[in-house]
Amino acid sequence: MSTNLILLAVLMFSVTYPSRALGLLAPGLDRLPRIAFAYLQLVGPAVLAALAAVSVTVVIGGDDVPSFHVGIEWIAVFVCLAIVARRGNLLFGVIAAVAIVVIARAAGLAALPA
Amino acid sequence: MRRNLRHDLPALSEVTAPDIRASRRRLITDSIGIGVSAAGFGFAFGLAAREAGFSPIEAMAMSAIAFAGAAQFAAVGYVASSLAWPGIILLTALLNARHLLYSAALSPWLRNVSFARRAGMAHLLTDEAFALSISHFRRIGMADERGYWVAGIGSTFIPWNLATLAGVLLGGQIPNPARFGIDIIFPAAMIGLAVGLITGRRELVAAIVGAGVGVVVALATSPAIGIVAGGTIGPMVGLVVPASLARETAPLGTPASAEHYALPGTHADQPPPGVPDR
Repeated sequence: MSTNLILLAVLMFSVTYPSRALGLLAPGLDRLPRIAFAYLQLVGPAVLAALAAVSVTVVIGGDDVPSFHVGIEWIAVFVCLAIVARRGNLLFGVIAAVAIVVIARAAGLAALPA
Repeated sequence: MRRNLRHDLPALSEVTAPDIRASRRRLITDSIGIGVSAAGFGFAFGLAAREAGFSPIEAMAMSAIAFAGAAQFAAVGYVASSLAWPGIILLTALLNARHLLYSAALSPWLRNVSFARRAGMAHLLTDEAFALSISHFRRIGMADERGYWVAGIGSTFIPWNLATLAGVLLGGQIPNPARFGIDIIFPAAMIGLAVGLITGRRELVAAIVGAGVGVVVALATSPAIGIVAGGTIGPMVGLVVPASLARETAPLGTPASAEHYALPGTHADQPPPGVPDR
């Protein structure tokens, strides 16, 4: 069984852990100016929204070039968004999104991702 | 702003055990949703890793040691396309740079936790753990270390790793996982978490701009760079919204939400942005 890529995992950890730990372990970061905290409060919504948007609208083709994608995934994610906004239930939202995609693909209304 | 001047809300010192239990129940409920996402996404990662030629132990090392979600997927793709390791490391660092902001945001809440435990907590700091734990802390107006462990381990680390193992071991028997909608779990969970963190116009603007910038930059460069660009530029634009228009709301009407921006021990003597002094 190959183990060569364990080193890659360790290297990925070595560049990920400092980002995770610096704020928690370095003294003084919790005394940042108020504007910095106001900025940090907005990072979560911005990053998560960017992750979701990029995930459903950008696909990488066989030539490694990003391209714009329109599909049933948009509707699924929007329905999840609406459910969470209205009902505050993430689990229900995710299940609804999955159901929409599965039904659409099974019915031939949407293509499977490449 | 003194914390006890709002008569319509209980003071922070009056946060009760039932308040904490109620918030923990919501944390656990939300964690189940995230756990489903993590399991689906982890299973998909296991499948992708298997397809890319990872052995089970290599895939598990990636999930347990790197524990880097989207960066792992990117790494699998680049390993499959024989990209040199330095490129993969650079991409991982770029994609995960946002965690610095998460950890700084959590730092004031967790300052009384021992250094060793914070060091352990840091490894579990993901998008999901951040969103779940800081929402929980805000609801109760204080840090809850047990809540953080639930958010970090229960919602993500365990399901992610178990699902990775299942995916890499069993993946060969599933002809086309996309038929089961596994690919939609991650973006749906991410947008749901983002919605949960939007409690005013600044967050709303930051999220919309972050998404828009992310997509445009991703199309022009790569998804990893787009996500980082959206996550850094979105908050800058959000800050442009004047405090008088921010309309910061108070989810659940708790003391924590009343002082949304007044993290414990920081600026408690000043009115937080968007919340008028009383």
